[in-house]
Amino acid sequence: MGGSPVAVRGEPLDGSLMAAVEFRRVSFSAGGQVILDQLDLSVEAGETLVLLGRSGSGKTTALKMVNGLLFPSAGEVLVDGRATTSWELIQLRRSIGYVIQEVGLFPHLTASENVGLVPHLKGWPVERIESRTRELLEQVDLSPVQFADRYPRQLSGGQRQRVGVARALAADPSLLLFDEPFGALDPVTRLELQNQFLALRDRLRKTCVFVTHDVREALRIGTRIALLDRGRLETLATPEQFLKSLGTQTRAFLAVLDGERHAKGDQPESRA
Amino acid sequence: MNRPGLLGDMLDLTGQHFVLVVASMLIAVAIGIPLGILLTRKVPLRGWVLGFANVMQTIPSLALFGFLIPIPLIGGIGKRTAIVALVLYALLPILRNTLVGILGVDPAVRESAVAMGMTGRQLLFQVELPLAARTILAGVRVATVTTIGTATIAAAIGGGGLGVFIFRGIASVDTTQILAGAIPAALLALLSDGGIGWIEKRFSAA
Repeated sequence: MGGSPVAVRGEPLDGSLMAAVEFRRVSFSAGGQVILDQLDLSVEAGETLVLLGRSGSGKTTALKMVNGLLFPSAGEVLVDGRATTSWELIQLRRSIGYVIQEVGLFPHLTASENVGLVPHLKGWPVERIESRTRELLEQVDLSPVQFADRYPRQLSGGQRQRVGVARALAADPSLLLFDEPFGALDPVTRLELQNQFLALRDRLRKTCVFVTHDVREALRIGTRIALLDRGRLETLATPEQFLKSLGTQTRAFLAVLDGERHAKGDQPESRA
Repeated sequence: MNRPGLLGDMLDLTGQHFVLVVASMLIAVAIGIPLGILLTRKVPLRGWVLGFANVMQTIPSLALFGFLIPIPLIGGIGKRTAIVALVLYALLPILRNTLVGILGVDPAVRESAVAMGMTGRQLLFQVELPLAARTILAGVRVATVTTIGTATIAAAIGGGGLGVFIFRGIASVDTTQILAGAIPAALLALLSDGGIGWIEKRFSAA
């Protein structure tokens, strides 16, 4: 297992470290198509597990099972040791941060209202929401004075995404889900946000599950990478191990890096 | 009819007309918006309800007023029957725009609302309705303007309103009377169009 995950959660009775999220032989089919096929996977507290795969590999489906947007057709997904089917759904979702591509911000709410939404739903007092919102906007490098009252359409793609990250952090969840959050951004902004993500994660010690189809992104930010191919887990490895892995789909992803390296004489990036 | 009384009659009938329209629109909104919301949740109902509202729209208005007269409880001669007919007409635009407005909310926005732990009610009132408000209001505006025009036919079944002038003017070939009915009706329509349009624009932030 890669690195030594920081134990921020309670331990179960048997004394072993409880996984933050655990997929137990999870299958999912829709419309006669198998999207996930007996997925076994656990996410340790404090790590960033990247779900990497091509479109249709089932990575987003797997992510949506963590906060109960979807449920397994067979098997179960455990969050904090409890199956998602036995959680009170509203409570489960409010305890997990969720970031999707920029479109997920509420267009009729300002940046600060977007950020303060979950605290608002949780019934925090107004002053506490306000101070929390300011603090979060600062954390993602958006000056509250300048940005708090702007609507999403008055923000650039990168700024919207920062608001999205701040929103996910609002109620201080220990688990965060990212569904291709930086997919729609230009490469420079993308790099900035990846760096910010790494800084925030290390400072706040969150457990993250991060979906991407970008192998460079996976290698940069993942503590472990789970490569899905047509609903099956092909490779589960740290970035270092991943580079040496021999899976066919894994090689196909790594060929992207080789292609770039040959074209430009670069070294593939890894988070060493 | 003596001329000095014309202005008094105009005020009186405009008032009646206004009451007819406001009562019909309040009922149509009270039925149309909740029903529209229900249709966003109950797909199988959609075809039936929209079909019904569509058929209502295709019945010529004079005929619809006539059809209602023999029906017990809602029928008969007078205001009540007129209001029932006007509501049936106003329903479709409100219903359809409520449905279209809510279904038009970006699925990613809806999903992130659910993922953030909103209950069904919170999703409706904090996300779907605010984002659909403009479209819904546009439906209410269209319905109101049409209702103001259609309400002139209420006079044919004893419902009162500005139609009284128009029917009387036609019967006695008196252009002044026709205009005394038509002009206030047109002004009412323009005013409500502008008024609701203004409210609609206030929602353009969304």
